[in-house]
Amino acid sequence: MTEIAKLTRRAFVALATASALVTAPASALDLSGKTVEWTIPFSEKGGSAKWANFFAPLLSEALPGNPTVVVKFMPGAGSTKGANWFQNQSDGDGTVLFGSSGSTQFPYLLGDPRVRYEYNDWEVVMASGTGGVAYLTPDIGAKFDGSANGLKGESFIYGSQGATRLDLVPLLAWKMLGMNVEPVFGIKGRGDGRLMFERGEANIDYQTSSGYLKGSAALVEAGTATPMMTWGALDSDGNIVRDPTFPDMPTFKEVCEATDGCETSGEQWDAWKAFFVAGFPAQKMAFLPKGTAPEIVAAFAEAFAKVQARPDFAEISAKRLGKYPMYTGEGAESAMKTAITVNDTAKAFVKTWLAEDYGVVLE
Amino acid sequence: MDILATAGPALADAFGLIIQPQVLGFLVLGVVMGLAVGVFPGLGGIAGLSLVLPFMFGMDPILGLALMIGMVAVVPTSDTFASVLMGIPGSSASQATVLDGFPMAKNGEAARALSAAFASSLFGGLVGACFLTIFILIARPIVLEFRTPEMLMITIFGLSMVAILAGRIPLKGLAAAGLGMMIGTIGEGASAGALRMSTYDTPYLIDGLKLVIVGLGIFAIPEIVALLRQDRSISKTSTLGAGWFDGVKDWFANKWLSMRCSLIGVVVGVIPGLGGSVVDWIAYGHTVQSTGNRENFGKGEVRGVIGPESSNNAKEGGGLVPTLLFGIPGSGSMAIFIGAIALLGSGDIEVGPNMLRDNLDVTYSIVWLLALANVVGTVLCIAASGGIAKMTTIRFTLLAPFLFMLISFAAFQSGQNLMDLVALFSIGLIGILLRRFDWSRPAFLIGFVLADPAETFANQAVQIATFRFKKGMAEGLEFIFSPIVIVLLIITAISVVIGLRQAKNIMPEGDVQSNSKRAPMIFAAAILAYVFVAFTNAWMIPVSQHADRVFPMFVGAVTIVALVLLLIQMMRRPETHTIFADKESHGDDAEAPHGLWGTLAWFLGLLVLNSLIGFILALAIFLILFFRLRAGETSGRALVLTGAGIAFMCFMAWVLNRDFPPGLLQAYTNLPWPLT
Repeated sequence: MTEIAKLTRRAFVALATASALVTAPASALDLSGKTVEWTIPFSEKGGSAKWANFFAPLLSEALPGNPTVVVKFMPGAGSTKGANWFQNQSDGDGTVLFGSSGSTQFPYLLGDPRVRYEYNDWEVVMASGTGGVAYLTPDIGAKFDGSANGLKGESFIYGSQGATRLDLVPLLAWKMLGMNVEPVFGIKGRGDGRLMFERGEANIDYQTSSGYLKGSAALVEAGTATPMMTWGALDSDGNIVRDPTFPDMPTFKEVCEATDGCETSGEQWDAWKAFFVAGFPAQKMAFLPKGTAPEIVAAFAEAFAKVQARPDFAEISAKRLGKYPMYTGEGAESAMKTAITVNDTAKAFVKTWLAEDYGVVLE
Repeated sequence: MDILATAGPALADAFGLIIQPQVLGFLVLGVVMGLAVGVFPGLGGIAGLSLVLPFMFGMDPILGLALMIGMVAVVPTSDTFASVLMGIPGSSASQATVLDGFPMAKNGEAARALSAAFASSLFGGLVGACFLTIFILIARPIVLEFRTPEMLMITIFGLSMVAILAGRIPLKGLAAAGLGMMIGTIGEGASAGALRMSTYDTPYLIDGLKLVIVGLGIFAIPEIVALLRQDRSISKTSTLGAGWFDGVKDWFANKWLSMRCSLIGVVVGVIPGLGGSVVDWIAYGHTVQSTGNRENFGKGEVRGVIGPESSNNAKEGGGLVPTLLFGIPGSGSMAIFIGAIALLGSGDIEVGPNMLRDNLDVTYSIVWLLALANVVGTVLCIAASGGIAKMTTIRFTLLAPFLFMLISFAAFQSGQNLMDLVALFSIGLIGILLRRFDWSRPAFLIGFVLADPAETFANQAVQIATFRFKKGMAEGLEFIFSPIVIVLLIITAISVVIGLRQAKNIMPEGDVQSNSKRAPMIFAAAILAYVFVAFTNAWMIPVSQHADRVFPMFVGAVTIVALVLLLIQMMRRPETHTIFADKESHGDDAEAPHGLWGTLAWFLGLLVLNSLIGFILALAIFLILFFRLRAGETSGRALVLTGAGIAFMCFMAWVLNRDFPPGLLQAYTNLPWPLT
């Protein structure tokens, strides 16, 4: 019995040494035969799930050793549960990957009491963005002429997921334009918001770019919706410019400039822009846990860069994610820095506004 | 005419796509995988789809669809095994099946119940597909007619089923439903983010309790514990009476009921936002109301199986409408399904408003693949039902530990948190007491399931209506009292009246005797105490967050009134009155060879061990001890059974890539899988 055990053990040791010898010179990191678990702090339903499911097979091809990449879902507490879990991970061997979203960023920025995580601890390997489009019912849309001056007498209803979520960006934008928008809370996703608009219960709505292209563009085509504006996109200097996916639509910045009483400078504007930057241009990011060895971080960043360099990447990603920048390595690093840097005045302004208008107190 | 001109060729194209040997092969593969995965209660479709998701990238669309649909379609079918044989509601679609299916199994008619259920499922699936073929073309404007007030009305209609299932004392049924709703409101409010009965220090409760856990706790645990105390088989007769052929005959004799329930299933399934949570209860309620002799409901009436089972497969078809036409998934598995469709082929198929215009042939393929998968799945299930039904003749003491193993694992999957097991045990305790004192468990579950939609739709409807009334009286009234709302109001009123009149005859818990006042009164007072605390908790929410405050306060107040009236009645009635029903005083439970608490302690032991040394190690110790001490097996057999159980668990978890609940030990040491 013991003889056999010894023999097996020896065989294993020999095998392990052999395989180490074979693969060691090839690359610092070899994940062959391993499984990379990519945890998404949302349910299988959301946009983050689509995003991760899109990248997972491509990443598997691009990583050294072609490990299996599986997407795991850990929904709860508006993604803070999964992020708190990730904060405590220390398996820096490249088998633990985490995907965050704007909904993970906002509670972090607003000082939500459930947040026990710190972005600066994590190692970002990829960041990708999206944009957003606001649209109106055609009868109200007829009064919109590039400025919101004609909309001040209207009252609006908007199906919202909650004022502390990504909906903060549209709600604040509309408020700045002097529009009287009443959010109806409690819808479960932006798809439900669009449905509320289609049923004639809401008369204003916004969708992220992919949601707009998939659902709302058909409404515009059918003449049951009129596009209003996009949130815009960031150029390399950090200025808001037209969204490359919707070059014909004005940005909120343009509309604000044309509208009486709306300022593109000052406290309010800075707060809006800070949260827009946090929520959209670097909305989804992939992280390795804190303390991961630099060569592993580099290998992942490289793998994502390899994915991006695929000849068919532009085509397949435009269909599923929209035409938005994707950053890897240092680009991702700086994208993350902009996304999580919101100055205290902006934070304080948003907190006061949330408390005054919606009775939301985060403490 | 115009519609038919486009539908005809698309339908022909669809059949051309489906009837290829390869496609059928993938469909059968999907069905078989779906059935294998379906044994896990509360996990079925999502686990299965996640499993095949990595392979969908760039796959030939029709093959990928066949594989996925095969898997999705059989989940409400394979769920039936757990519902009928073990009293475990596998998903929200099979809750009502438990009510009569499980008693049939106890009467030795498991095979009959299963085959009646499968025949109904098959028929429901086919009716759903036929209906959808036409309906999907005109569905869009009709679905858009269902605004918030209409959704609220359907939710209320669902709640009105409580009247039928309330049991002999309507007040107890009402209070049970109220308690279910109060437990359903636990957590962060959907409207203003206020916390109800939870704090930021108890993060687990902020998300609220999951349906899987409440379903298992309310139905499965009390039944498993009760059966385990008896130390015999599930079936009271050692031989199986009626065979599978009788079940098919039963279905045929009730084909019109099956037809009506199928239509209920497909129509309610079409409405986005409600999903399947109310369908089976509405079908069950309709079944009861349309049956002449209602005495056998809850005791093993085959119509009580045929109704819900006809509706739940039809619902899957109906659920395709919001999924495909609006891009809004009706359930978790449909959500993955949408995601997976985007991965297929070159990604050209996009669900949403353009689906019908651009991909009508694919739409039809999906509808009919679903129907076909139902046929394949049902044939396999009926073929298997005779054999599997024999399980009900096995000594239950040998089955129970495996069931504890399965439900603990299933519960853990809902939140991947050790607290899931604590919640399962706590809800299980409530379930045991509700069963013991003859409080309607279905009423509790309906309340729980519908608390969230009732609250959300009520808040939204009020908010939008206020907005409309500001614009003008007429516009407001038109919004609230649409023709659909008025029709639903009338149906609800009729249903409540008929329900209350009939509730006396329908005893979901059987005929429970009574003889002492003390225990039933303490239980009622304890519930009153909880509801009162929950009410006060809601009352303390600041007024600025009133949207999260009104609903629990309203439900709490109604429940408190019901409970106070109940307690007053209890004081005035003699102790032999049915109001004091207590299973521990007479009948099976009272005469059982094992005590309630001793039996429950075994389960508690598993959970406590789990929290210390992790799932697999705890399971090993639990199974060996249980088989050796409680079941009195020889050490050898105990080891073999334990090994088999653990091997099965590891295999399934490995295939589905699921984690086991960890314990304290795992927090300090790094153990190899599966001990992690």
